[in-house]
Amino acid sequence: MKIDLNYICLVLGMGFVTYLSRMLPATLLSKQEIPKVFVKFLNFVPAAVLSALLFPGVLMTENKLNIGFSNPLLIAAVLTFPLAYKTKNMFATVLLGMGIVILYNYFI
Amino acid sequence: MHKKEEFLFAIKRVFPIVMGYLPVGFALGVMAADAGLSPIQMGLMSLFVYAGSAQFIAVDMLGSGTSAIPIIITTFLVNLRHFLFSASLAPYFREIKQSLIPLISFFITDETFAVSITDAEQRPLSHIYYFSLYITAYSCWVLSTIIGTTLGNLIPDTKALGFDFALPGMFLALLCMQFKNARFILIALISGLLSIFFIHIIPGNWNVILATVIAAAIGVLIDEN
Repeated sequence: MKIDLNYICLVLGMGFVTYLSRMLPATLLSKQEIPKVFVKFLNFVPAAVLSALLFPGVLMTENKLNIGFSNPLLIAAVLTFPLAYKTKNMFATVLLGMGIVILYNYFI
Repeated sequence: MHKKEEFLFAIKRVFPIVMGYLPVGFALGVMAADAGLSPIQMGLMSLFVYAGSAQFIAVDMLGSGTSAIPIIITTFLVNLRHFLFSASLAPYFREIKQSLIPLISFFITDETFAVSITDAEQRPLSHIYYFSLYITAYSCWVLSTIIGTTLGNLIPDTKALGFDFALPGMFLALLCMQFKNARFILIALISGLLSIFFIHIIPGNWNVILATVIAAAIGVLIDEN
């Protein structure tokens, strides 16, 4: 993979669409009202997106459903869930989970 | 607050964000190297996009040969949540120079939002605070991803080191921050199951987009009563 024009266009495109949702509300909100239904919809988007990403990430291995002790990521997710839920700490959750995966790979 | 005081306050407050960004940015870099990206490519993406989960997904999609349009659409949807952050910060941004808002809002992430909205609720803050906090976090992110990509080429087995869990772990913690009531937990469950369902019936990473739109729409419907 080289730094070609396609790659530059890709990251500029990603940056642009990300910037839109960061910049528009803060800049325009005082001037325009967002429809209530859309606000409600947006309210659920973060939880929905994160879960849509998390589930395949921990429940599937190489595109196949893998629910059981042969899946270290699922074990790590289940064991770190109480910490994540209680502390909401990304740093601690990631480190503990990585530690569990390291131990799993070492012993099993 | 005095300018210098405000700067020092921001530096103190940014510390946990930095501690969070370093290992995750490093893990992203290692994954990017694995997917065939160079440190310069990774650095460019971090400079322009500056969004952890979107970059993880983009790297994953690039690694599996996905074309640009689905990656950009997914990035847009994954980062739609910033819309809410930006909207929530808007009232506090009225206290700062209006011409600086388009620049400052570029640096809004889950973590910088969480810290700065908490601080803004407590005291009036100027652009000094926002720039100090936001640019410090931004620099750490960009640098940690570049270093990760550079060293990633030297680390042969990233699986043994547990880097595979960096992405799900981050999503898990961020998801838990979203559980404001039982309705959000239900929508998350629906979306997660739909996501796995769509993976099996539609190829090409559309599962995230479809599951999100359907689950959030269900959220609106059950919210109405």
